[in-house]
Amino acid sequence: MIEQAVAPGVALQKRGPRSVVTDTWFVFWREMLLPLRDPFSLIFSLIQPLVFLGLFGPLLGSAVGAPAFGGQSTLQWFLPGVVVMIALFGTSMTGSNLQYELMTGSYERILATPLSRSSLMIGRALKEWAPLVLQGLLISVVCIPFGFIFHPLHVVLGLVILGIFGIGLGALSYALALVSQNKEWIFWGVQQTLLFPLMILSGIMLPIEAGPGWMKVASLFNPLTYLVNAERELFAGRIGMDTMWGLLAAVVTAAVGLVVGIRTISRNTN
Amino acid sequence: MIHTNKLTKTFTVKKETVEAVKGVDIDVAPGELVAFLGPNGAGKSTTLRMLTTLLKPTSGSATVAGVDVAKDPAGVRARIGYIGQGNGGGHSYRVIDELIMQGRFYGMNTTDAKARAETLMASLDLTDLAKRTVIKLSGGQRRRMDVALGLMHSPGLLFLDEPSTGMDPQNRANLWEHIMRMREEHGTTIVLTTHYMDEADSMSERVIVIDHGTIIADDTASRLKANLAGDLLAVEVAAGSASEVRGLLGRAASEGDMEENAYDGVVRFRLRLAQGAQLAPGLLKEMHDAGAPAQSLELKPPTLDDVFLELTGRSLREGAEV
Repeated sequence: MIEQAVAPGVALQKRGPRSVVTDTWFVFWREMLLPLRDPFSLIFSLIQPLVFLGLFGPLLGSAVGAPAFGGQSTLQWFLPGVVVMIALFGTSMTGSNLQYELMTGSYERILATPLSRSSLMIGRALKEWAPLVLQGLLISVVCIPFGFIFHPLHVVLGLVILGIFGIGLGALSYALALVSQNKEWIFWGVQQTLLFPLMILSGIMLPIEAGPGWMKVASLFNPLTYLVNAERELFAGRIGMDTMWGLLAAVVTAAVGLVVGIRTISRNTN
Repeated sequence: MIHTNKLTKTFTVKKETVEAVKGVDIDVAPGELVAFLGPNGAGKSTTLRMLTTLLKPTSGSATVAGVDVAKDPAGVRARIGYIGQGNGGGHSYRVIDELIMQGRFYGMNTTDAKARAETLMASLDLTDLAKRTVIKLSGGQRRRMDVALGLMHSPGLLFLDEPSTGMDPQNRANLWEHIMRMREEHGTTIVLTTHYMDEADSMSERVIVIDHGTIIADDTASRLKANLAGDLLAVEVAAGSASEVRGLLGRAASEGDMEENAYDGVVRFRLRLAQGAQLAPGLLKEMHDAGAPAQSLELKPPTLDDVFLELTGRSLREGAEV
């Protein structure tokens, strides 16, 4: 016997102004079930940044002279860049998990529920950002013995700004997956083609000050540049203009991403 | 429960406009079980997707469960259940997790969602698979999970798009048992699409036949068959008495069309007969009285395919092949 657990239409009672927040939480939680049920993926994601930091950091110090780092230690300069890079790689992948669900009926099933459209994107983007909180704190702590000065509150603020940025990038990645439906290679092509220039032109890997003038100019038009600068300032334990510019860049990215994402979702139902 | 007014959907494919649904008017009362029957590409799924807010109508309007699909799509979604053509479970998720999250999406709390999931899994033979990931389920198991997902929030109005495609007969029967039971217990209104005419015939009370984006018939299966197709009667008589029988049967045949084949000293007449079961005994007696007794008789009730053939001149079977 299939018992009626709730009266029909019960879903109506809980729809209120809070629904975007609660919907986002549900979407986020469903996504989080994947790594939680399979914690191995989390362990690998924790090791990765350490490997990168441990192998690339020393080369960077000796290849580029100390003056390019503005008087900071290589580690102090490079670590926030690695954190931004993880955020960039993680949240730009938001659409790739969606691709699998587009191929089965899973995405459509969720689209037919009362969940708000923006929560579908925000929840998924935040899932890609969530491991970053662990990763960021872990690599900061691990680097303390090597001369890294850890300012916990500044780092947490830095991670929040990256979360806001991640919502925007995640929503764009989500929209890209919808647009490239049935042509999955387009998703990867576009994602990879945009990711690397953005990354290099933001000074994540190597100081942009060491490059030619045109690169410096190009970097000014890259929102990621402002994020990297903000993270460097915050990880150094200061809150100044760079942080403000970074926050602004994050908010603008989030707004643009959500507008593009919601338009793409509704165009897909036309 | 459902009311549409000239609901229309046109798609633009490579600058060419395709009218998928051409102004359909549909009314479904609470508690009805309605099947949209038609070949692939007829516009069944497009209509269903407009009613479930997954597609925006190009023109016309639709009210579903008291809510306008264009003005408040989220309100419609909160009041209905939808089981689509594809599998609803995410590949890497566990069955139980997906069911509980589905309940949460509809505003159930975790305790209720869990209890509901347990009940549905027990009744759909999924209990042993609760912790299995969806990708490890067989096709039939996945489809049963789709049904469980669609029923989690006990919708008063349930849409099913080709629910039994790809299922073996055993699972198809199981699926229908669940749907029928749910309907008996809760008076759920059910709208489904199918291109299996036997399914539309035996399961639904009302069949809406759709072809080329238009509704071409809308009635109970039995009335559609009685009014549109009629029974198929085949009678064999000795070759010598064929001439007496020809006129007699020809007058009875609907629209006078009748085939005859002669072989081995026997002539076989085939004709459509409205209410053949009622008329056949009288015909036999008339033939006997005319000195031309029937040597054999075959009476076949019509199928919905005969109805479709009568309406469109095409067989639904041909159209059903993908």
